[in-house]
Amino acid sequence: MALTRLLTKGLFSRPLTEPAPPIEEAALKRLGERLDVAARLRLGRSLAIRQVDAGSCNGCELEIHALSNAFYDLERFGLRFVASPRHADVLLVTGPVTLNMREALLRTFDATPEPKWVVSVGGCALDGGLFAGSYACAGGVGAVLPVDAHIPGCPPAPEALLGGLIALIEANTRRSGSNR
Amino acid sequence: MTGLADAHPPWSAILVDEPGWRAAMEALAAGELTLVSLWGEPGMVHMALSRAHGESVILDLPCPEGRYPSVGAAHAPAIRLERALFDLHGLVADGAVDTRPWLDHGQWEVRHPLGAAAPSTGPAPYAFLPVEGESLHQIPVGPVHAGIIEPGHFRFTANGETVARLEARLGYAHRGVDGLMAGAALDRAAQLAARVCGDSTVAYSLAFARAVEAALGFEAPPRAAWLRALLAEMERLANHLGDIGAICNDAAFSLMLAHCGVLREQVLRTAKVVFGHRLMMDCVVPGGVSVDLDVTGEALVRDLVRTIRERFPTLVELYDETAALQDRTVSTGIVPRELVQRFAAGGYVGRASGRTFDARRDFPYAPYDRFTFKVAVREEGDVNARVWVRIDEVDESLSLIEQILGESPTGPVHVNPPSGSGEGTALVEGFRGDILAWVRILKGRIERAHLRDPSWFQWPLIEACIEGNIVADFPLCNKSFNCAYAGCDL
Ligand code: SF4
Repeated sequence: MALTRLLTKGLFSRPLTEPAPPIEEAALKRLGERLDVAARLRLGRSLAIRQVDAGSCNGCELEIHALSNAFYDLERFGLRFVASPRHADVLLVTGPVTLNMREALLRTFDATPEPKWVVSVGGCALDGGLFAGSYACAGGVGAVLPVDAHIPGCPPAPEALLGGLIALIEANTRRSGSNR
Repeated sequence: MTGLADAHPPWSAILVDEPGWRAAMEALAAGELTLVSLWGEPGMVHMALSRAHGESVILDLPCPEGRYPSVGAAHAPAIRLERALFDLHGLVADGAVDTRPWLDHGQWEVRHPLGAAAPSTGPAPYAFLPVEGESLHQIPVGPVHAGIIEPGHFRFTANGETVARLEARLGYAHRGVDGLMAGAALDRAAQLAARVCGDSTVAYSLAFARAVEAALGFEAPPRAAWLRALLAEMERLANHLGDIGAICNDAAFSLMLAHCGVLREQVLRTAKVVFGHRLMMDCVVPGGVSVDLDVTGEALVRDLVRTIRERFPTLVELYDETAALQDRTVSTGIVPRELVQRFAAGGYVGRASGRTFDARRDFPYAPYDRFTFKVAVREEGDVNARVWVRIDEVDESLSLIEQILGESPTGPVHVNPPSGSGEGTALVEGFRGDILAWVRILKGRIERAHLRDPSWFQWPLIEACIEGNIVADFPLCNKSFNCAYAGCDL
């Protein structure tokens, strides 16, 4: 009963999914500069994302999760989370990179095939945030891996995450378009 | 036991000698007392204990030689706390049954960073507990997982599909919060407390703020206490809604995740508009709250309550009616009642197995001391029972929010903390259970702080409840607990 009711209601109500957030031009430019055109041509209009929690408080993960809800529905942009780094184009990394997670992060990076990009998420991932200087933290993703783009916030709201990730795809399309 | 030391109001503190400490250990082993936490500092160990209904005490045992009698030897719930205590401070638990490191994976430059620091000896192989028998094989999982979850390592020993033993190894999210707290000004320390565990940022901020207020002997204004409860109930709602959906999703029923995800998002959006932050970080601070609620905000929260009241019952009905879903959740991952009692597991983990503890009722603080509310309890202890406790708690939070909005006093929402020194303790009910905060303040700065997550006493029960279940049911059991990683690793 409840199932039929929900499904019928779903058929007749308007979708919750919202339009894409505006993409910040500056972010686009930053990304575009770092992307290798040939590699990007191969990538097309979709990104497979492997998320790695490198010592986050879990706040960033909660908001990354939210990207899959009906309001943001990231899959419509060709963005999807994958289970294995071997299937990934992008590593989405959070946390101040605890020393206890450094090796696992490096191994995940090594397991990700080229071409690959690292996007750091949240204040901790930028420079350690509030945890900078701790005996237990490396002090940001950049201290361990080459970072291609950063999405700021503590935690970044889903719009910011979505905007950042779409920018990654857009940078690709525009660059590859102009190269043809 | 020897005489009274400084008070840790409303917790009393007793300075004990070794026989006093051992007497407490015996009482713990006999089930007469509940272990609330165990932590250390140079030359001293502390043990927080309680009895039913708010009777509580902290034992302070000086250990100038760096040794104290192992509590874990008599009472298993203390084992991991002792291992963490050794890693951070180098204090040795005499007679300990498990001396493997816990937080220290050999990756830091120092050993015992909060005690007599020594150079690290580097990583060493970690000996998982042995399992013997025919046709057993091991499945190592993590710390990087297939989904978007926190880092932790699980070592399954299975016989075919059946789990014979599971052992968790945590500590990957150890950021050194205790160390960063030491010497921090109150506002920075409050920010750190808010970032111990992202899904419980309100609860941690509240526990920390109340401990500071107890230490400095002042109170947040009455309106602040009510707004704190509003924030805390919103956090509980958001987490329960998200988790109920996620548990069903792990039982391959994604429709529930979709609908619960919408409701969760609506809670977070309301929080953003009303309080300025989706997760309500830094809203609760020592001295009160950093945000006030105006008429518009109040109307938005009422709208939210109305929306959830309208939609949630259909989802509950769907959960209850879907046989394929019940087939996965009923009688899966049972935690026996004796175990939740012995480990004093809080939150829905304890309450789904018949332990009725709720800090809001049993260690009452404003404004909960004014409300009568039901503490949801089930007896079966399976995944289904944990889902139902959460469902009942959603209802209870909605009605608490209505009461809070209807009766909250007017007035200021913040006072500046007086400068001063002292020790203070607080226990608050987060969405997953009771969170303990203890602080010692010296002239307006944190000298030492200890925050204890409810999951310290819940993680070991996952290991117990999975035995005899199949490996494929682990994600489901795990999600029904949703234990904290960052909260325990700190
Ligand atoms: S940036 Fe903020 S939300 Fe993200 S992990 Fe760090 S403290 Fe948590």
